Amino acid sequence: MSGAKMETPMTTTTVSMTVNGKQVSADVENRTLLVQYLRESLGLTGTHVGCDTSQCGACTIYVNGLPIKSCTMLARQADGAEVTTIEGLADGDTLHPMQEAFRENHALQCGFCTPGMVMSAIGIVERNKDSLDEKTVRHELEGNFCRCTGYHNIVKAILAAHKEMTA
Amino acid sequence: MYDFNYKRASSVDDATASVAEADEGKFVAGGMTLLPTLKQRLAQPSDLVDLADLGDLVGITVNDSTVTIGAMTPHAVVNASADVQKAIPALAKLAGLIGDPMVRNRGTIGGSISNNDPAADYPSAVVGLGATVHTNKREIAGDDFFVGLFETALEEDELVTKVVFPVPDKAAYMKFPNPASRYAIVGTFVSQGPQGTRVAVTGAGSHVFRQSDMEAALEANFASEAVENIKQDDSDLNTDIHASAEYRAHLVTIMAKRAVAEANG
Repeated sequence: MSGAKMETPMTTTTVSMTVNGKQVSADVENRTLLVQYLRESLGLTGTHVGCDTSQCGACTIYVNGLPIKSCTMLARQADGAEVTTIEGLADGDTLHPMQEAFRENHALQCGFCTPGMVMSAIGIVERNKDSLDEKTVRHELEGNFCRCTGYHNIVKAILAAHKEMTA
Repeated sequence: MYDFNYKRASSVDDATASVAEADEGKFVAGGMTLLPTLKQRLAQPSDLVDLADLGDLVGITVNDSTVTIGAMTPHAVVNASADVQKAIPALAKLAGLIGDPMVRNRGTIGGSISNNDPAADYPSAVVGLGATVHTNKREIAGDDFFVGLFETALEEDELVTKVVFPVPDKAAYMKFPNPASRYAIVGTFVSQGPQGTRVAVTGAGSHVFRQSDMEAALEANFASEAVENIKQDDSDLNTDIHASAEYRAHLVTIMAKRAVAEANG
């Protein structure tokens, strides 16, 4: 812990964005990751940190309409953005069709990767509205790891949700 | 991650001036390499200058002879562009092989080539198609842009604004990806067209390079048989836990052969 830079007091800045339809703001350091902002400042702990190296996809959320990895984006980069996390998908007691499909198809084992899988899966359906096959689903899940290796039912759930969401 | 100052640039001039004024300023585009680097404390910039608001640097223009991609255009946009798919299908395909869908929504062509990771995909297209890199100061030939490991011809406060790719007669990219990171263990981009016959190799050496023996053979006969017996010298190639230099040399020939076959459709 030497060097002038380490002795400089950390400055904080107020970062505001719309998360799950609500306007929120919190003071963060410049180096605060978006996932930390969501989990620690806002208490939205549904978004998980698995690898913290942008490989596993457990931290996948939507920013301005696109799925991204929130462990590899600064909170300040999302200042003013529209964010949707796993907590923002259900409509009251009614699950989002993707969540319902995961439930129906038992598409989880330990559940750690599930929030990221669901967010990423919605992206797969949105990119492939016209048609979606198993091969495409498996390929486009390349950014999400399930260490229980429960991919089979996840793929089934995504195909089922695709039918529901595009009906 | 060490702390740093952060600002969002309002224009290219603002961005370059901000980096020039900082002790150790860094541009951040998509941040798909820079943020992991900062998290591991492998870099300690004093200032990050975010290019996210520079909408002029986003977009694709295609005409009969060129495909122009703005520096801040994400990989997902290049991959999904019907115009790029039609003009240079190999380029659209390459963009879709980078990282994963979420990474492709953030990562940009300008960031990729400016970082010049030895295993990045885009440098092979820039050299393999004989593209021209435009910056806020000048135009740099793709052949002169990548100069070493994570090193480019860019000056500290010089910013890539767009890349202009000549449309080839035929081209293809083949890569042998690391199964976890999707970075190229070896990737080979081949093309024939207005920039001659080109074979650009990424992942194998300290930075992208042209394989001149293969280029000469393909100039005479653009067929996979022409390259299948050409051996890549392994003396300057990378060795790491994923692959030895000898194995990478072997892959250069295999990927070149497959790329030529794909280019010939």
